[in-house]
Amino acid sequence: MPVLAESTTDFSKAEVNATLTAEQKRHLLRDMIRIREFETGAFEQYQKKKMGGFLHLYIGQEAVAVGTVSLMGDHDHVITAYRDHGHALAVGMGMDECMAELFGKRTGCSKGKGGSMHFFAPDKNYWGGHGIVGGQTPLGLGLAFGLKYKGLKGCALCFLGDGAVNQGAYHESLNLAGLWDLPVIYVIENNGYSMGTSQKRSSAYNTCLAERAAGYGIIWDVVRNGSDLYEVREVVGRAIERAHTESRPTVLEIATYRYEGHSVADAKHNKQSLQEGYRTKDEIEHYRKNFDPIGNFSHKLLAEGVATEEDIKDMKKAAVAETRASVTFADESPYPTLDDLHADVYHEVDHDTPAGRTGRHFFND
Amino acid sequence: MRTITYRQALNEAFDEEIQRDPNVFLIGEEIAEYDGAYKVTQGLWKKHGDKRVIDSPISESGFIGMAVGASMLGLRPVCELMFWSFYTVAWDQIANNAGMVRYMSGGLINCPIVIRGPANGGTNVGATHSHTPENVMATIPGLKVVCPATARDAKGLMKTAIRDNDPVMFMENTMLYGIEGEVPDPADGDFTIPLGVADLKREGADVSLIAHGRSVLVALEAAEILSAEHGIECDVLDLRSIRPLDEDAILDTVAKTNRVVLVDENKPFCGISAQIAALIQEKAFDDLDAPVQRVCSLDAPAIYSPPVEKEQLPTAARVIEKVLAII
Repeated sequence: MPVLAESTTDFSKAEVNATLTAEQKRHLLRDMIRIREFETGAFEQYQKKKMGGFLHLYIGQEAVAVGTVSLMGDHDHVITAYRDHGHALAVGMGMDECMAELFGKRTGCSKGKGGSMHFFAPDKNYWGGHGIVGGQTPLGLGLAFGLKYKGLKGCALCFLGDGAVNQGAYHESLNLAGLWDLPVIYVIENNGYSMGTSQKRSSAYNTCLAERAAGYGIIWDVVRNGSDLYEVREVVGRAIERAHTESRPTVLEIATYRYEGHSVADAKHNKQSLQEGYRTKDEIEHYRKNFDPIGNFSHKLLAEGVATEEDIKDMKKAAVAETRASVTFADESPYPTLDDLHADVYHEVDHDTPAGRTGRHFFND
Repeated sequence: MRTITYRQALNEAFDEEIQRDPNVFLIGEEIAEYDGAYKVTQGLWKKHGDKRVIDSPISESGFIGMAVGASMLGLRPVCELMFWSFYTVAWDQIANNAGMVRYMSGGLINCPIVIRGPANGGTNVGATHSHTPENVMATIPGLKVVCPATARDAKGLMKTAIRDNDPVMFMENTMLYGIEGEVPDPADGDFTIPLGVADLKREGADVSLIAHGRSVLVALEAAEILSAEHGIECDVLDLRSIRPLDEDAILDTVAKTNRVVLVDENKPFCGISAQIAALIQEKAFDDLDAPVQRVCSLDAPAIYSPPVEKEQLPTAARVIEKVLAII
């Protein structure tokens, strides 16, 4: 059952972490707290029926996105699947535009056209937010290809879940990444369940899912405790270095855990027994207690004397206030109109170029 | 004017665009060292090297998805599907990623990619290799669809497709690759044809034959016979581009002749001609002196048997029969 395991190594001593300033460390904690509070607020708004469709929460997994994104340089890019709010906030997207997108408002990051699963910020090297399981894995490869083609020293961090590793597109991508020496890093966020199906019931593997990369001649590694931001940074840092210096891909598997259901409408994720659902309340409680990324990092920063209890309380307070403000912003923003439907379909039409003005592009009355 | 084959015309378009824009590259199966399964990319790898002309393993989902990702960073990939029929294994990447990433990102991202290859029946390769998915592609708002019938159009439209900032699905035809036609000499300047502009390939006042791709040649053949044997003169309108569509040209020819036969290698159910027929009844009902007629591929999977497959596709004889029925 448990996918996470305490490490015996103290990753705070790893160079990539030892060189962090106190302010940088507090910033990392603040980023995780912001994600937690944003999503907690989004969940409340979902229950108030302020949004439609799906809401896949990242709560419990924050150290993965924040730890990984904190290592990105100018030419490093990130792309993920549908559980994308954490990565979005980690790269620096604002709560307002994200909350407004959940509300389907015109002020949303995708103008209310994408929704929860489709957040984008290419100006921050963030390429979404993709709804089809595994569908983003060739796109991540393409970002890496583009970097190499342009002669830029960078990498593509492509996140996927433990369910996505069984999609064909991912395996095709691994083959191409290995064959063409592309600087892509596939980060499998293994939270133990592909929707309501446990890893054991969905995947054939030897020791772990990342190990499959060996068959493609790709180096792989694991983070056993994905709630330890320091461990995440240490392992991901090495993969980024490999991508930058050798233009070689890496597959990483990071053991993590989501506290909420696959999406918030998931009646079988927190039952008393495994006869009633796919996981138990006790299991969730075990992870909340022992592997909470925010609790874990808070302890570390307190022990290091980098942050005080007061600091952490203030961070939470600020994040709650920021979340509330984003809800107000989203509430007060207008919905897109039917006229907006046909914008953002064709670049040439949007820019009113000669090509966009030639021929009929849309087939309404 | 000089004449070259449809195949050479495409080859010239690639060669010129590779030289014009460093972001343009070709990728596909057997397109580089092997020179292309249908030799459309012949000589380009030798001339431009590994970076610009790339052999991919047989992974349509992988390499097309990769190209979509690369296009988001500003590259202009031209992907060959050895047969357009193989779109089925790359459909998620084409429909959801190439077709919808712009919309779902609220216009923050665009995808200047071309996906090209032959899309036709008639070569006895069986149902799996004989799809004509222009109708399938055209149902996705966000994709553009082009089906040239001649060498000239193939070159001019391909160059435009590569420069277009939206994903263009470019449908060629193995039965057209060897056909020669007049194409302007590169020495006379840059030659492009805009998407969304149909071409009247023959003029006549009695009936309009509207077609795209190789069906244009079938329509022209029928028009010759109708003229010679029946004294019936046909407008033959080549749509060239399906989406965007030159609606004005369609309505103009209908207004002129008042009788229409649509010639379409798609199957009849939800084929391109079904859309054109709907458009005509909606916008030109009063111009019609007879019901709109269609000649499509016969509605079954493409048969292998060579003599029967020939009859399954639109034929001049079936076009003539439909014309005579409404004249």
